[in-house]
Amino acid sequence: MLDFISGGQAPIYFILLCIFLGIEIISNVPAILHTPLMSGANAIHGVILAGAIITMYHVPSDDYLNLTLGFLAVLLGTLNISGGFFVTGRILSMFSKKK
Amino acid sequence: MTILLEVSYFLAMISFIIGLKFLSSPQRAKLGNIIAGSGMTLAIVVTVIHTFFGGPVTINLILIIVAILLGTILGKRMSDKAEMTKMPQLVSYFNAMGGGCALLLGIIEGQQLYYGHQVDRVAEVVLMTAMMIGATSFSGSVIAYLKLSGKQKDIRTPFVSIASRLLLVAMIAVPFLVSYQLLQLNLIQEIILLGSLATLYGVVFVFPIGGADMPVVISLLNSLTGVATALAGIMFHNLLMISGGIFVGSAGVLLTLLMCKAMNRSLWNVLAGSFKNAVIGNNTSGAEMEITRTSIGELATNLAFSSKVAIIPGYGLAVAQAQHLCTQLEQLLESKGIEVDYIIHPVAGRMPGHMNVLLAEADVHYDKLREMDEVNDNMSSYDISIVIGANDVVNPAAETDSSSPIFGMPIIKAYNSKQVVVIKRGMSKGYAGVENSLFGEDNCHLLFADAKEALSGVIGELKTVNF
Repeated sequence: MLDFISGGQAPIYFILLCIFLGIEIISNVPAILHTPLMSGANAIHGVILAGAIITMYHVPSDDYLNLTLGFLAVLLGTLNISGGFFVTGRILSMFSKKK
Repeated sequence: MTILLEVSYFLAMISFIIGLKFLSSPQRAKLGNIIAGSGMTLAIVVTVIHTFFGGPVTINLILIIVAILLGTILGKRMSDKAEMTKMPQLVSYFNAMGGGCALLLGIIEGQQLYYGHQVDRVAEVVLMTAMMIGATSFSGSVIAYLKLSGKQKDIRTPFVSIASRLLLVAMIAVPFLVSYQLLQLNLIQEIILLGSLATLYGVVFVFPIGGADMPVVISLLNSLTGVATALAGIMFHNLLMISGGIFVGSAGVLLTLLMCKAMNRSLWNVLAGSFKNAVIGNNTSGAEMEITRTSIGELATNLAFSSKVAIIPGYGLAVAQAQHLCTQLEQLLESKGIEVDYIIHPVAGRMPGHMNVLLAEADVHYDKLREMDEVNDNMSSYDISIVIGANDVVNPAAETDSSSPIFGMPIIKAYNSKQVVVIKRGMSKGYAGVENSLFGEDNCHLLFADAKEALSGVIGELKTVNF
């Protein structure tokens, strides 16, 4: 299962690079944009929905309890993504209004 | 088919990076949001196609499609309806959704691991950690949501802080005890126990945190969900989930620390819900402070004779719904050739950068918004600073009085401008519960009125004056 971690150093490099990239990308954000940035980042962690879809695939079709839980997981993940991006869009539209 | 998945995941990851990068420039932010959103949509659609391609149409697939459609519509409707003052609640709410998703994933995957009869303790621990972080973020965000919408008060009893410490210890200890078989639990029981502990922990973790510390907590919870996503990604060997989760996690931590710095509070103090309240009452001026009152008419006259004006807004302005009046005043003054700037403290509002959004909603152009550090050195060039709905962020005690609870917090040096007018309803203290020594300064005048009334009064007066 965890051959990803034990499969050599590449994954560790990948994770470390992601951490630095994450810090680097947002280190110069002006304070005006903190709110949209946060809500944009909020939408991006909704990518956990991909996991929910894969999990849902493995649930046996007669396992109603887990089907329900999986349904909820997909629903929550989607809400996270769609709500996140739509809200960010709305916040940003406030900034671009012309006077 | 796998190549399709890999290519689209790669594109999605690039889109996240570009999206986040573009979000840091006012001109390109909108495009950035669209790019990241498209990348996400691509990744999700391809995940569904790849996972179910060629197989029969199962109930699982139908449920997934229904859930995705339902979620998209609901998310769109909720974000369309919300007012800008309620943004922090909404962000917390959507964050809770992500955390909840991680919690549910942990529960389902745990059962599959258990019935799969694979004994891989490392995988189990990764799964449980992802689930616990997700659960904490879920319940914490729900409480944050309730607090921000005023449905839940701060609870700061010793019981809460003891409970939160005990829960934290238990969450770390249980997996160890089970690993060394000191606690006889099967994986499912363990997951349910840990999931409940973590959910409870999220609740007691946010309970004691005060209103002004909310920006810190929201961004911390956001970052926690990112970490949960990354851990879940390790579980699924999914590079997109890992990278997306880590970007959000590290960006969130950075933002959290930035907020802490802006308030001169250590992260630990915010989390412990403590304020140095022992020193309150150590009077520097206290009740004897002499204040000068002013009137709407006088303020209007003074404004008419000024050439450069600063407006220092706080959350109180938004509570009074006076942002639009603020804009009117600004436009009126500008039409008479008076320069107007808004000076915004980094923690004004209820989430990072919230005040900027509220003013933008009221049609204030972002060129007019000045950050604290940008103007602090030449505050004396302003003829009048109008402080509306802000208090602690202009309190000079933060610089001069080492016994003050807010000592060391960076403030807007409003006292350096030629005249300061503070519009507030009464002599109430700010969030930190300290006297504001600014009110006693000679150049400071207080206007006791509701922000809305005061502003519309001033606008009315100014319109009648020819200047």
